[in-house]
Amino acid sequence: MSDPIIKIEGMNKWFGDFQVLKDIDLSVEKNKKIVVCGPSGSGKSTLIRCINRLEEHQKGTIIVDGTELTENTKNIEAIRAEVGMVFQQFNLFPHLSILDNCTLAPIWVKKMPKKDAEELAMKQLEQVQIVDQAQKFPGQLSGGQQQRCAIARALCMEPKIMLFDEPTSALDPEMIKEVLDAMVNLAKAGMTMIVVTHEMGFAKEVADEVIFMDEGMIVEKAETKEFFANPKSDRTKLFLSQIL
Amino acid sequence: MNKLNFLRPNIENLNTYLYSGIFLISIAILDVSLSSFFNTNITSFLPNFISFLLPLILGTVGLHIIRIEFSGIKNLDLLNKNINTNTFNAVLSLLIIFAVIKSIPPFLSWFIIDATISGDTKEACTGTGACWTYIKIWLNRFIYGMYPNELQWRINLSFIALIGLAFVGLIPSEKFKKFLTLYYVVIYPIIAFVLIYYLISGGAFGLEWVETGAWGGLSLTFIVSFFCLIFCFPVGMFLALGRRSDLPTVRYISVGFIEFWRGVPLITVLFMSSVMFPMFLPEDFFMDKLVRVIIAISLFEAAYVAEVIRGGLQALPRGQYDAAKSLGMGYWKMHIFVILPQALKLVIPGIANTFLALVKDTPLIFVVGLLEIVGMLNLAKTNPKWLGYAMEGYVFAAIIFWIICYAMSKYSYNLEIKYKTDR
Repeated sequence: MSDPIIKIEGMNKWFGDFQVLKDIDLSVEKNKKIVVCGPSGSGKSTLIRCINRLEEHQKGTIIVDGTELTENTKNIEAIRAEVGMVFQQFNLFPHLSILDNCTLAPIWVKKMPKKDAEELAMKQLEQVQIVDQAQKFPGQLSGGQQQRCAIARALCMEPKIMLFDEPTSALDPEMIKEVLDAMVNLAKAGMTMIVVTHEMGFAKEVADEVIFMDEGMIVEKAETKEFFANPKSDRTKLFLSQIL
Repeated sequence: MNKLNFLRPNIENLNTYLYSGIFLISIAILDVSLSSFFNTNITSFLPNFISFLLPLILGTVGLHIIRIEFSGIKNLDLLNKNINTNTFNAVLSLLIIFAVIKSIPPFLSWFIIDATISGDTKEACTGTGACWTYIKIWLNRFIYGMYPNELQWRINLSFIALIGLAFVGLIPSEKFKKFLTLYYVVIYPIIAFVLIYYLISGGAFGLEWVETGAWGGLSLTFIVSFFCLIFCFPVGMFLALGRRSDLPTVRYISVGFIEFWRGVPLITVLFMSSVMFPMFLPEDFFMDKLVRVIIAISLFEAAYVAEVIRGGLQALPRGQYDAAKSLGMGYWKMHIFVILPQALKLVIPGIANTFLALVKDTPLIFVVGLLEIVGMLNLAKTNPKWLGYAMEGYVFAAIIFWIICYAMSKYSYNLEIKYKTDR
């Protein structure tokens, strides 16, 4: 068994007096796809935001690709550069064209020459099938196209891990599929992924493991088939009965 | 076919209504114009009271008759929609039109017809209108202050050079484009400073030294405004970032600075800069009055600019910060490439507002003895040979300031449109 690329041990987090994450233990091996589900307010978004330190944890350790997340800004920036993230609200930069959105970080963070960055960006945009929109601005694109661009933007940093924070929750139903397709392709290409989502179909298709969270704790963690076939805890059963 | 009914105009007899309505309105406007321009009253045969109100009545009736919805005539529909939606609206529109017509003749006669511009002395101004001779004679002083006449080419030359250099950005060259921001933010101000320091101030290269106390008039307005605008913007930007910093020291210093400068009136700041400040300096240290004033105004306005920019920073959704961070950008990269371009775009109107206020605040530097255009006017109006022409002077200054400010506000609109990429 290879070393886990993400290793979380005894992690706790508070927002003021309110404890959002309680004693989280989680390790993710390379090339594994993990789906995190659970009711809203259960801390799943906070959990993955802790992995690239968009949120700070107060107790426990998080080790990503051999580097522990601490106050050290240099480390954090290095880790963020190799952990891509896709948000619920897309968060594209509205003042830049689609192409510039994709090339900005490679050029200025990875110091890639402009020409190479553009080539890479076009390749990634091709992958998510919006290469013909490259010169447009985010405001001119549909939600599904924007989210696919956000995926391409994250991939342009050539990350080792991709985090998805409810990538389809803000989309119209007919656009969900195009985004999920892009994610399935990415999964098939062997990317390590942690996906917070309510799309159980997606979980069944690509996930190696499913994690169910409630009230800041990991309630259940199981292989995908096992998870859907015989969930152990009552809370998971209740959740699955409501969502499926 | 409907019968003609002037109480309820309809579209079927459109032309009849249209012509009769326009006829009535024309008579109303003609009546007002005649009485305004030629002092004749074509309705003098009527009782006084009715004669006075007749144009309004005729106009209102006329507008009522042409008030036909969906007439199919574009201009008529536009007119009805904008100034003629109901009787009250029609009366209001007519009153405004009449007021404009009535006010043109006195305005014109003061400004042009009865005004004087010939001659060289006060005695030439015999008319009842404005005495532009006064402006003409003093124009040189209003523009150059007390700067010696034979050296004024130095001011002209440096201003022409600066205006010319400002258009460098229009040179269409891809290679050069990358350095444009650097040019405008750093190089251009340095060139401006060097030009003004050596050419206008003099004292080197065989140029006679002219002390800043002799500078004045419109050229001083430009110099002060220009440098204050250039300095207060970056300072304000850093203050805005500082106020939102995670580092407590930086944050408290920024807050303290901003609140201090916003809390004191500009006139006190100027006074302090000129009277108090030198007392704290070592004996042999000298800083020119003009430089002190420019620094004082810049810091004062920077506090306002900071608060305007902070508004823009706060308007950005947190997701923009998250996205930039998740791509591995550090604090400065995130702000330079993602946050500031968007925030500054949002606050262009607010910044333009602050800048306009700054330009219009420059006359206050008279308290430290620097006389820009309004200061020179005040000086000129107290000249015994030219007593009593304050009005002309202030109208002149108002026009000059209006032109400057209108140009700036137009420019800011253009910027807004240029950077509009979304939504």
